[in-house]
Amino acid sequence: MDLFEHQAKELFADYGIPVPRGIVAHTVEEVRSAATELTGRVVVKAQVKTGGRGKAGGVKVADDAADAVTKAEAILGMDIKGHTVHKVLVEEASAIAEEYYFSFLLDRANRTFLAICSAAGGMDIEEVAHTSPEQVAKVPVSALTGVDRAKAREIAAAGGLPEKSLDGAAELIEKLWCCFVDEDATLVEVNPMILSADGQVKALDGKVTLDENAAFRQTDHEALADKAAEDPLEAKAKEKDLNYVKLDGDVGIIGNGAGLVMSTLDVVAYAGEAFPGKPSPANFLDIGGGASAEVMAAGLEIILSDPSVKSIFVNVFGGITACDAVANGIVSAFKLLESRGEAVTHPLVVRLDGNNAQLGRQILADAALPRVELVDTMDEAAKRAAELAAVGA
Amino acid sequence: MAIWLTENSKIIVQGMTGGEGTKHTRRMLASGARVVGGVNARKAGTTHEGLPVFGTVKEAIAQTGADVSVVFVPPAFTKDAVIEAIDAEIPLVVVITEGVPVHDSTAFWAYAVEKGNKTRIIGPNCPGIASPGASNAGIIPADITTAGRIGLVSKSGTLTYQLMYELRDFGFSTAVGIGGDPVIGTTHIDALQAFQEDPGTDAIVMIGEIGGDAEERAAAYIEQHVTKPVVAYVAGFTAPEGKTMGHAGAIVSGSAGTAQAKKEALEKVGVRVGKTPSETARLMREIMQAR
Repeated sequence: MDLFEHQAKELFADYGIPVPRGIVAHTVEEVRSAATELTGRVVVKAQVKTGGRGKAGGVKVADDAADAVTKAEAILGMDIKGHTVHKVLVEEASAIAEEYYFSFLLDRANRTFLAICSAAGGMDIEEVAHTSPEQVAKVPVSALTGVDRAKAREIAAAGGLPEKSLDGAAELIEKLWCCFVDEDATLVEVNPMILSADGQVKALDGKVTLDENAAFRQTDHEALADKAAEDPLEAKAKEKDLNYVKLDGDVGIIGNGAGLVMSTLDVVAYAGEAFPGKPSPANFLDIGGGASAEVMAAGLEIILSDPSVKSIFVNVFGGITACDAVANGIVSAFKLLESRGEAVTHPLVVRLDGNNAQLGRQILADAALPRVELVDTMDEAAKRAAELAAVGA
Repeated sequence: MAIWLTENSKIIVQGMTGGEGTKHTRRMLASGARVVGGVNARKAGTTHEGLPVFGTVKEAIAQTGADVSVVFVPPAFTKDAVIEAIDAEIPLVVVITEGVPVHDSTAFWAYAVEKGNKTRIIGPNCPGIASPGASNAGIIPADITTAGRIGLVSKSGTLTYQLMYELRDFGFSTAVGIGGDPVIGTTHIDALQAFQEDPGTDAIVMIGEIGGDAEERAAAYIEQHVTKPVVAYVAGFTAPEGKTMGHAGAIVSGSAGTAQAKKEALEKVGVRVGKTPSETARLMREIMQAR
């Protein structure tokens, strides 16, 4: 889960990391009172979870409260790379002497953590890393030993920070490491990390990604989720513990196992290319290895409540749960939905493979469910589901 | 022949007394795997599913000669369970648990390295390892395939099963599900190396998915070190950027980690890449029939 800048900075502040004073505002009126409270020059910053805000015009300096209102009027509601700006952070303007870059992140390839530090911060760090890699220090950090003040100072020095900034940077970096570990983050980024005119090292921006697998021990993280931006179907699926992602197409997909479902999306998209309107997957939905009747019903319910779905493809490999159990699950799911007055009216293409596949197909054939078609292979089934979506079902 | 898991492997189960642990201990026993005991500090001295429960991994090894541990404990306790297995110097620990925080998996990996890599870790968030006809450590259904001479390494569980099933007439030496998490103990490269060295394996199926650059690095390894034929499949060609598709590691960020980039890297080194799982099975079928 990615955080907004203001959330990241609130988290930083909890760890004693110096950040500018700031107030979140959702309306121009809130901007006016925030700027009045902060007094003097302020910065109005669009709060969106994407980079390049400055270049898009989403970050503006204002001389006073009236100016802040003018700037905020332009920023609130603007679109930055597909993200609508619903709130801004009004922050006291900082007198910047120098700008640096710093981050801790997970280095997947080397299965360790990595500190990245550069004296050339503020601008496009990717560009600096590309054109002058020697200016960007990448220091592996062991999960066992971590970062103390001495190690932090070493990293800052490796990044080419000047002597005058080393003490302040080392303190900030050490605290940032505590934040990274204690919050189960996979990324904490400060760009720019600045040396202010009065000699203080501060976090002027903040980007944090939290590991959702750690939710069980980070119970306060749930409050950080951006509920408003969540797709309503995804939110509903989450409540039912279903692994669902909304996509743009019209073929509803249910399968078991993340890899198989991802593969199903591909096969359906390929198959769709041959039909008018190029039908494509409407969603990713993994009902897990078990594929019980209850979960199947919950999954079908979510997919049926998506108005863009025209046909449904159920793609299950019977492993531990054999195909006869999966087939019984589908039959019960239909009954369950019918008893709730939500009978399945969409065409449903079912492909069962693996253990007891024949038996499973027989059960479905005997049940004679309306609009259910059995297709033996995944490729052929994908084709049929796409075809049904193309004819508008 | 097989890699890492043979008919002589003696398996213990950490978390055997829990729901998943119990269910899969039964399945492993039914498939003929030599499960010799379980570990649960609070139930030491009792028996479960007819097997002795030990207080520690060390004690279980001392009493049974176990050389493989399968971990089913919940995410909150997985790190401690794996570190205990590493401390006991068990040669193989298979971590089935899904949802392990990445700070924990990074920590137990670092610990294994510090202890000299005496313990091979497979997973977390994986289906385990199966050597059909010989042994089975994890949750891979034992009855979907037969013993044979194809080796398989995969990030995904059900795609592993799909390929094992489609190629059941040829059969497998060993199938390894390495898991879809960002930090895993055994990589594609580790498995490729072991299959290359295994006299019981003639050809290799490799299944990857979007995210990270493990497949690209595997391609570079294949070019240098693998002479046996490799057929690959990559899932997630049509996955949208920035969305997590079930596996914590399966997320595309920018141009990095795309299925297309992985396919191209693999094809460049002579690996045939199937467009669908069935096409991948056909490609392997051609190779095995030509032998």
